[in-house]
Amino acid sequence: MASHALNGDPADNPTFYLVEADEHDHSAGGGTLLGFWIYLMSDALIFASLFAVYGVMATSYAGGPTPREIFELPLVAVNTAILLVSSITYGFSMLAMEEDRLGATRLWLIVTALLGLAFVGVEMYEFGNLIAEGATPQRSGFLSAFFTLVATHGLHVTIGVIWIGVMLVQLVQRGLHVENKRRLQCLSMFWHFLDVVWIGVFTFVYLLGVLR
Amino acid sequence: MFDSPILKTIFGRLTFESFPVHEPILLGTFIVVVLLGAGIVAAVTRYRLWGWLWSEWFTSVDHKKIGIMYIMLGIVMLLRGFADALMMRAQQAMAFGANEGYLPAHHYDQVFSAHGTIMIFFVAIPLVVGLINYVMPLQIGARDVAFPFLNNLSFWLTAAGAGLVMVSLFVGEFSRGGWLNYVPVTNLQNSPDTGPDYYLWALQIAGVGTTLSAINMVTTIIKMRAPGMTMMKMPVFCWTALCSNVLAIAIFPVLTGAFALLMLDRYIGTDFFTNDLGGNPMMYWNLVWIWGHPEVYVLVLPVFGIYSEVTSTFCGKRLFGYSSMVYATVVITILSYLVWLHHFFTMGSGASVNSFFGIATMVISIPTGAKIFNWLFTMYRGEIRFELPMRWVVAFMLTFVVGGMTGVLLAVPPADFVLHNSLFLVAHFHNVIIGGVVFGLFAGIDYWWPKAFGFKLDPFWGKLHFWGWVIGYWVAWTPIYIVGLMGTTRRVRHFDDPSLQIWFVIAAIGAVIILFGILAFVIQIAVSIINREKLRDTTGDPWNGRTLEWSTSSPPPAYNFAFTPVVHDLDAWYDMKSRGHARPDGGFRPIHMPRNTGAGVILSGIAAVLGFAMVWYIWWLAALSFVALVAVAIGHTFNYNRDYFIPSDEVARCEREHALLAGAA
Repeated sequence: MASHALNGDPADNPTFYLVEADEHDHSAGGGTLLGFWIYLMSDALIFASLFAVYGVMATSYAGGPTPREIFELPLVAVNTAILLVSSITYGFSMLAMEEDRLGATRLWLIVTALLGLAFVGVEMYEFGNLIAEGATPQRSGFLSAFFTLVATHGLHVTIGVIWIGVMLVQLVQRGLHVENKRRLQCLSMFWHFLDVVWIGVFTFVYLLGVLR
Repeated sequence: MFDSPILKTIFGRLTFESFPVHEPILLGTFIVVVLLGAGIVAAVTRYRLWGWLWSEWFTSVDHKKIGIMYIMLGIVMLLRGFADALMMRAQQAMAFGANEGYLPAHHYDQVFSAHGTIMIFFVAIPLVVGLINYVMPLQIGARDVAFPFLNNLSFWLTAAGAGLVMVSLFVGEFSRGGWLNYVPVTNLQNSPDTGPDYYLWALQIAGVGTTLSAINMVTTIIKMRAPGMTMMKMPVFCWTALCSNVLAIAIFPVLTGAFALLMLDRYIGTDFFTNDLGGNPMMYWNLVWIWGHPEVYVLVLPVFGIYSEVTSTFCGKRLFGYSSMVYATVVITILSYLVWLHHFFTMGSGASVNSFFGIATMVISIPTGAKIFNWLFTMYRGEIRFELPMRWVVAFMLTFVVGGMTGVLLAVPPADFVLHNSLFLVAHFHNVIIGGVVFGLFAGIDYWWPKAFGFKLDPFWGKLHFWGWVIGYWVAWTPIYIVGLMGTTRRVRHFDDPSLQIWFVIAAIGAVIILFGILAFVIQIAVSIINREKLRDTTGDPWNGRTLEWSTSSPPPAYNFAFTPVVHDLDAWYDMKSRGHARPDGGFRPIHMPRNTGAGVILSGIAAVLGFAMVWYIWWLAALSFVALVAVAIGHTFNYNRDYFIPSDEVARCEREHALLAGAA
């Protein structure tokens, strides 16, 4: 934004201030995306510590159930597919947003939210089964770490679904307003981030757990 | 009657016994606090200041006002934390042989836990964050931070956490688990009381604030620097603020995670840190120290930045070795993340692991030593002016180097096996935190006060403040080093060996000398406010400064700079002055600014209620406040009207007033 002020040789005719011609101070938008990205990195560190804790406690069964006994891989595989597809549908929503197609943007957001709800629903069903079998978070260190890691991810997905709901209302109110577009971009990063974390959960918790 | 189920539902585990009416010390403190609080409320009401406080300060998104509020919070909490310190020193000076002292064990344990918690989380962090908040945007030539509302919210979350800690003094108990709330002491079976819960909720709420603030500052530094200010033309204070906040983002989530797991253990009975069912208490130690050690650098790096700015200004020279200073800061940032295990070499992780962490710890002294030499070489052949801020720099260098050397000593694993949890360690970290962080914060307050308020601080009382702290520090902590080296352990309430008593008496005398320093500080502020016309700075540049904050008026207008500065050199303001830059006196344009909002105060208030309800098991209130928290947060996103323009004639009026003032000087 300051290119004209810096062009001249600063040694002979320095300019020490900028006359903002039309007050185009919209650099804040880029700031928001960067800030949100940094927030995601801090969130990634929460997950990193939970993964580390799970790594320490992965075999602390305390005489209780082991992963092989309780994990239902087909169910989790279906759930993984649901979440991955939801990332694609969110991508479709963003493509529609780029083309300023409000209706399509909202439609794909709704599909994404439904997939997110399905994911959380399946997870709750899985948790319900585990608790019914006596594999509760209180039973052993392994189960404490397992429930906490997976539920923290599930909680994030739930927050994402609520966020989509709020965005749907705000899209009705203001359409593809510049601020709404920015929020959808942040939500997009959030949603894909949860996908990445889930791939870690699926691999390190479920697949490795059943192998162990 | 307290067993009635209805009362239990309404009040959770809160009963009349939760109020310490039977403890004379607490009751007395409570009465004093209530009287003081009532006096302040009455005065604010009497002079009709509530509206002004609300609209000009509490809801302000101006980084300068938020910075000042952070610093006020830090100073108030310093008084509380120091009162705890005096109590401990008095107890240890008298509790020998038959004399049990005046503090019962469970009370003493709360005092040392609260002292550490308050001093780090609610004194050092608010003071450091406050100075960064105030100074950094001015130094990079910005008009505010990247997320002004988040900044306000961060402050109020920190204040809410501080409030919960204060409430724990009079309602229920505080943690007895040390400043990091260690398991297994704080496991539910060992501490079924409210103490650890107060600790956890206060620090979770404040921790969210600190994390948000760090994200905000990093984004501001990366995105909002004035044109021409490349990274290597950025003032050192901004560099250190950047590294410190990057580090904070990297560590606070780990602390949040560790505390969340302990909360799960305490509230729903999981087995993370328990001694049975596969729990692992040492995992808590690892997690909190992955936060804890870098946290020291989160605090001290910006303070190194303050020393750099002060040294350069008061020696009238460009900082010696600017780029080595930057690299040293970055190296310290990275290394600080790789040393946490030196806090428990005795855990039994084996020789190779201990060697790695021991060597990594020692390596940190290399970039830190480089910094010390840079300051010395900046002073060498400089025209040194021993104003108040520069005095702190000299005292810091003399004091801090000793703390650094005892730190290297402790980094040697075999030596640490002897000195682990001894008073030698306690003396070491007080040496670096008082001699490094606290001295630097006072240097910063003395240095930037005229910028913030338009008048300098009184030098006479400032010198008393200075000597009180410096002499007091050495008298208080040298004897602790000595008894620590002889093997005395920390967190001890009563001693059997009478030959040690003399050292603790000397230490108590040192604490009293520091008390005089603190009183002189308070008097210094009061005297300066009374004599503000005599101490007035009309130029905006009272110290002949070198960086951009001195190019605007003191105090700066809400918009900081009428025109965004353009930077050609490190020490941009010095460059402007030496090349005859004239302040533009016309052609002002409307300035785009963020609008104040009360959402931060409301959200933080609700968060504090949520914390209190969870501490006392008042489930209905917790659920209610949680729903309210989510509702207000979502409601806030429906507010799209977040900015406004300061009209150009208002800018012109402000600038004219400043020009008149500067002309009159």
